[in-house]
Amino acid sequence: MSLRVVAPIVMGVLMLALWEAAVRMAAIPPYILPGPILVAQTLIDDWGTLAPSLLVTLRITLEALAAAVLVGGLLAVLFSLSRWVELSLFPYAIILQVTPIVAIAPLIIVWANDVDLSLLICAWLVAFFPILSNTILGLRSVDPNLLDLFQLYGAGRWRTLVHLRLPAALPYFLGGLRISGGLALIGAVVAEFVAGTGGSASGLAWRILEAGYQLKIPRMFAALVLISATGIAIFLLLTLLSHLLLRRWHESALSTER
Amino acid sequence: MHLVGVRGVSKVFGNGVAALAGISLDIAAGEFLSILGPSGCGKSTLLRLIAGLLRPTAGTIEWPGGRRDLGFVFQEATLMPWATVLGNVALPLRLHGMARSEREARAAEMLARVGLKGFERTWPRELSGGMKMRVSLARALVVEPRLLLMDEPFAALDEITRHRLNGDLLDLWRHSGVTVVFVTHSVFESVFLSQRIVVMAARPGRVAAELAIDPQQPRDESFRTSTEYGAYCRLTSARLGDAMAMGPLA
Repeated sequence: MSLRVVAPIVMGVLMLALWEAAVRMAAIPPYILPGPILVAQTLIDDWGTLAPSLLVTLRITLEALAAAVLVGGLLAVLFSLSRWVELSLFPYAIILQVTPIVAIAPLIIVWANDVDLSLLICAWLVAFFPILSNTILGLRSVDPNLLDLFQLYGAGRWRTLVHLRLPAALPYFLGGLRISGGLALIGAVVAEFVAGTGGSASGLAWRILEAGYQLKIPRMFAALVLISATGIAIFLLLTLLSHLLLRRWHESALSTER
Repeated sequence: MHLVGVRGVSKVFGNGVAALAGISLDIAAGEFLSILGPSGCGKSTLLRLIAGLLRPTAGTIEWPGGRRDLGFVFQEATLMPWATVLGNVALPLRLHGMARSEREARAAEMLARVGLKGFERTWPRELSGGMKMRVSLARALVVEPRLLLMDEPFAALDEITRHRLNGDLLDLWRHSGVTVVFVTHSVFESVFLSQRIVVMAARPGRVAAELAIDPQQPRDESFRTSTEYGAYCRLTSARLGDAMAMGPLA
């Protein structure tokens, strides 16, 4: 096993042991700071409540990410095909991006009139911009000589897009996707906090709020662990996807052995 | 009859830079023509005008027998990193809408002719600079063009590789009957390869001199060390020196 796997694991175990020891020696009550063993125990005991919430949060995150890929990708292609469309629409995409989601979430919840839908819209709003801006950058970063070559062989806009611009944009798109994966989860959690309810079914953010009201701090930590684990899992999966798609040709996926 | 006629062509770019002024040039079918000049003399611009990638500001480019397929080789290999060597060579055929099996068969055949048999499934990043340039050459030739335009294709390669590619290019030219217009800033390369050399002067780009190289000379490694080769190189260098001494047009 390589150092990059062993080192963080050793570090993690050490920190957890230190945490547990500090909690025990200082006799900190669990409603202030539970030790990691108690958190793990709660995670197992409350699995019946936490698991359905995890699924709800996961569903909203993945749906938002899918919508972000679809809308962000299509808009990027549209922008690359028409300078006119890009000039008129891109400033609004930036406005959506720079407006804090917590500020507009209450409005969205009022308008959407359906909590599930409004959570999805919020998470999507946070997630789609990195995909849009990265894909636009990629679609423009095409070797100008290759563009000349395509023109020379009479390829129209469509063929140039499919055979040249899209493959050239793929590494950039995947970079944006990795950022968006994390943001979709953050958006889903933040929106649920703002909504203060999980709608038809409660997500992990609602479990944290609820545990806070009831002073069930170990359960709060357990829900937090699940959110972090979800974020890490999404990141690892998207990194793997990126590696599988690029490993044959892109510099970023090549081994460092030279 | 000539294949392409360049008739009084001038090119002024949008920023006001006059790249070419009144170029007239006949390119005979089947000849190997080099365009020699200092950097910034508009050689590449002339090549792009002939290819139809740029429009002349004045003058015309004529194709008396009708416009034909052409191949273009850039200074860099300009391969698509996401496609295999075979996919890169088959690209022009794919853009022409040829069926997969036929275009791959033709591309493989062309690869064998540039000495890359067995490299079909290799990725461009795994190739050396010289091999990449061979792939680029195969891609240009796979459409069986009447005219092959080459823009300082071997300038970035080491001398040993360049000499080998020079020899192989001449073989391909002899066997395919393609017309070659070869842009270079190397006197030695132009003399070794060409039947005719057009020397250009800069600011704005214009034809300064034309030289013919005896086509009866055998073009092999013995030619490189012959007295005739030395004499041609001296003459061409002198013409290039004259061209570079020419002041800007008033």
